[in-house]
This record gives sequence, C-alpha cells and structure tokens, in this order.
Amino acid sequence: MHPAFSIILFTTLSGLGYGLAVVLGLGFLDPSLLSTKLAYLASLALIGIGLLSSLLHLGNPQRAWRALSQWRSSWLSREGVMAIATFVPLTLNATLVIFTDRYDAILGLIGVLGALVTVYCTSMIYASLRTVGSWHTRLTPLCFILISLAGGLLLAGAFAGGNALMVELLALAVILLALIAKMVWRNRATTLVPVSTPESATGLGFIGKVRLFERPHALDNYLTREMGFRVARKHAAKLWVVAFFFGAILPILTLLIAMAAGSGPTAQLVLVAGVVAHFLGVFVERWLFFAEAKHAVMNYY
Amino acid sequence: MTSLPQNRTAKRLGLVIDLDVCVGCHACVISCKEWNTGGYGNALSDQDPYGGDVSGTFLNRIHSFEVVPEGGQIIGEAGDARVVHFPKSCLHCEDAPCVTVCPTGASYKRAEDGIVLVDEDKCIGCGLCAWACAYGAREMDLAAGVMKKCTLCVDRIYNETLKQEDRVPSCVRTCPVNARHFGDLGDPNSDVSIMVAERGGFDLMPEQETRPTNKYLPPRPRTCLSDSAPIIPLAENTEGARGFFAWLDKTLDRI
Repeated sequence: MHPAFSIILFTTLSGLGYGLAVVLGLGFLDPSLLSTKLAYLASLALIGIGLLSSLLHLGNPQRAWRALSQWRSSWLSREGVMAIATFVPLTLNATLVIFTDRYDAILGLIGVLGALVTVYCTSMIYASLRTVGSWHTRLTPLCFILISLAGGLLLAGAFAGGNALMVELLALAVILLALIAKMVWRNRATTLVPVSTPESATGLGFIGKVRLFERPHALDNYLTREMGFRVARKHAAKLWVVAFFFGAILPILTLLIAMAAGSGPTAQLVLVAGVVAHFLGVFVERWLFFAEAKHAVMNYY
Repeated sequence: MTSLPQNRTAKRLGLVIDLDVCVGCHACVISCKEWNTGGYGNALSDQDPYGGDVSGTFLNRIHSFEVVPEGGQIIGEAGDARVVHFPKSCLHCEDAPCVTVCPTGASYKRAEDGIVLVDEDKCIGCGLCAWACAYGAREMDLAAGVMKKCTLCVDRIYNETLKQEDRVPSCVRTCPVNARHFGDLGDPNSDVSIMVAERGGFDLMPEQETRPTNKYLPPRPRTCLSDSAPIIPLAENTEGARGFFAWLDKTLDRI
C-alpha cells in the first residue's frame, strides 16, 4: 500500500497525543506543576495537528464534515466522531488543570475512555479490511493501542523530568509489551499465506498456473500507485531494524539512564531524547505498516 | 446511508463475461470511457495525456493472463499454455465492503436493483473504498478528487429516450464478439442466469466473501494443438487431386 505521508504523520502524532491524554487522565502527574499544564497543552496539540494532517490526503477536504455521518457502518466515520467527542473531556480537563490546578477523576476517566476508543477506531479502519491480509487481525488494534500508550507514558515521563518513577516503570513495561505485540504482528505478516491468488482472482486455476501476460495499460494507474507500492519493501529489513532500535531499544535505555540519574535536568534531557527516538521509530514502523502491506488487487497486476 | 440495504428486491442487475470469446480488443474500455466521461458525474480525467507518463481514470480494464497447465510448457504434452483476455469492472457485490467503509454516505448500493453507485457530491476522496475493494473496481479521479466506478450505465439502462437495443451498458453494446452480457442475475429464468447455469459461471475471489453479482464464464476446453496437426504436412496432401495431376501423383509415387 502507498504510504501517504499525511496518514503516517496523523496516526503517529495523534497516537502519541492520545497516549499522553490517557496518562494525564489517570492523574499520574501533579496538576499544580507547570510541566503538567504544558503536558496537557502538548497532548491537545499533538491530537489536533494529527487530525488536521489527516485531512490533507483527501480529494475534497472541504466536505470532510460529511465523514461524521456514517458511524453505524464505517470505522473511519466512528474515528472522526470519537475524535471530536473526546476533545470535549480532554479540553475541559486541560482547562481545569491549567486554570484551577485541579484534577477531576471522573472527567479524567471519561477522557481516558474516549482516547482509547479513538485509537481503537483508527486501528480498526485498517484491521477491518479483508483485502489487506497483514492488517486483517486483532493484533493490529492491540499494536496501535500499546504503541500509543508506550509513547504517552514516555512523553509524560519526559514532562515530569524524573519526578514520576511510577510513570517511568510503566513506560518500560508498556514499551516492552508493545515491542512483543509488534514482533508477533510482524511475524504473522511476513509468514502469511495470502487467501487470494492470481488463480482465485481470475477463476482460471482449473486450467493451470496464472501469470500476467499484459497489463491493461502500459504505464501505472491509480490502483498500481495506491496498492502496488514497492520502494520501502526493498529496504524493509533495514527499516525494521531502525524502527526496532529507535522505537524500543533507545527509549528503554533512556528510561534506565533517567531512573539512575533521579530527578533533575539530566533526567529530563535524556527522556526528551528518548521521546524523539521513539517518535522516529514509530514513524518508521507506521511507514512499514503501509509499505509492506500487500493488497489483494495486485493479484491482477 | 452506507449500510447495505435491508430490504433488497430480488433484482440483481449485472454482467456476465465470457472468457472463452473475449479477444482482448479493448473496445469496451474505450466505449466505457467515452460514454461515462460525458455521463453520470464528473468526467473521467487523464493526467499528462500527451506526455511521457500517461495515466487516467477507467471504469473497465482488460487484463491478459497466460495460463499454463502443469507440464504444459511443452506444446502437446499436457495441454497447451493459453492466453486469456480478462475484462474487469465493478462486480456490484451483494456484500460490498466498499459501501460499508464509506464514512460520508457517498457510496451506496441501490435496494431496487443492486447497483453500487457513488454520490460524487458527498465523496471526500479519502480512497478507503478503493482499499476495501479486492477487485480494483474503484479509481480515484485525480482531477475531480472523487471516487469513480462502473455505474452499470445506469443512465442508459433505464433511459427511455434511447432505442430498446441501446438500453444496455455501453461495454455490452459495443463488444464485437458478444463476450459481455447484461441482465438480471436474481431471476433464475433470465438469459444471463441460464447462461451462467449452463456454462458453469463463477465468482471472482469468493474467499473475499463479497458475493459478486457479475459472473465469469470459463474458457471452453480446447483440443491439444498436436492433436489437430495432420500427420502428412498439408502442403504434401494430394487427396483431392484429379485428372493429369492424379496420374502424375500416382506415377511419381511408384518410381
């Protein structure tokens, strides 16, 4: 599948933002600190920028509001509805913390639920597609949610600057869980036997082996550009190592260093580096998520 | 509304495509583009049409496949390798995943005849329906930014200003070898349903569980090339010779 830059940026940024919103909604950080207030703003900004960037790949973005109408059947519509609905508790939470230093548990938990459901809806857009075998599994929402939480915990740790050992320990655990889930996901994806073949796509398997003789047109078309992307597949093994190292190993190392350094600017700086590394790693992971995915229509090409 | 219609009638309009007779001339591709660029919805645009990197929106495309039986690489051994021309357009699936994924309600399936259409004024061009379709039936028009697909020429088949014989999809009307047939596949007594039953018409990718309306008729079995090759080369066959040439043939045979 063609990895549209705006979609990768959207799932990475909003995933991180929702992960942070979950940590904040659970009240792990002290609402009276300036760093916590900044974390609330950062969470809203990440989600907002992510959602805006998701509009960029649309052919007619001025009609995007229509996407809120079909929540009965469409995961994309559900995602839009949930994203907007979740903004209400998240903004109220942020206002409460920023202006009154007060954390409200009920409002916080509503925000947590909204954030998790939104990330789940995003992942189900992909997981619900039977045409892309590597996405069509329950492991896809699991990976999206765990990666979002891992990023959120790491970012919350960076904002707290080593003053939240609980958050740092949870970050370590969830990064490891996300890594395991992603490894299982990728192992399944790379060993997957495709359900559809050129033989089933043409119905000519009863005669023999089917091979494309001539394309419909000499050059590319929308389908081959959108579903037949190949560039990153060539470097998939290298990029997977990059995602593995930046997304999980470096953040774990920075967490350990930060915990050893205790609280203070050193810990904060190290954790910020960890967040940057994690963001890069997840970005590459998302790139591969799209670029490595094989679509059933390519049985015709 | 992008949920599939709850109260569908039995009518299932669609195409039956005969892979035995399609010669791969692409006439249906051209007539489809010609009719639909001026018909329902936005025009079917081309990008860089006279340049080096031509591409464009098409609702119907012809692929050509080579089918090789086990051991069939050698002519006459185990049946011959053959080329099958393969027209492909929207299959108007009964369980159309392209309809249910649509976030705006632009994509819908008609309750009265099962045709899957796009309301282009509602389409935001997100492309998710094209991702959901296993058959490559949907193509985004890059000029209009909306999704295009086969309408089964909905603006022809019910069009009372056209002569009766023209009230079929453009591809069906234009096919020079009658490889494409249009009709109601929900009616077991319709010409198309009888044809499907007699020839063993099949679905494409049944494992995708989309229940396509369009059916494909398999290529008929063929006699092996080596079976039809005469033992005496044609140029040396003198069976029909008479008179002087017959005498000459016999005399020369005797020498």
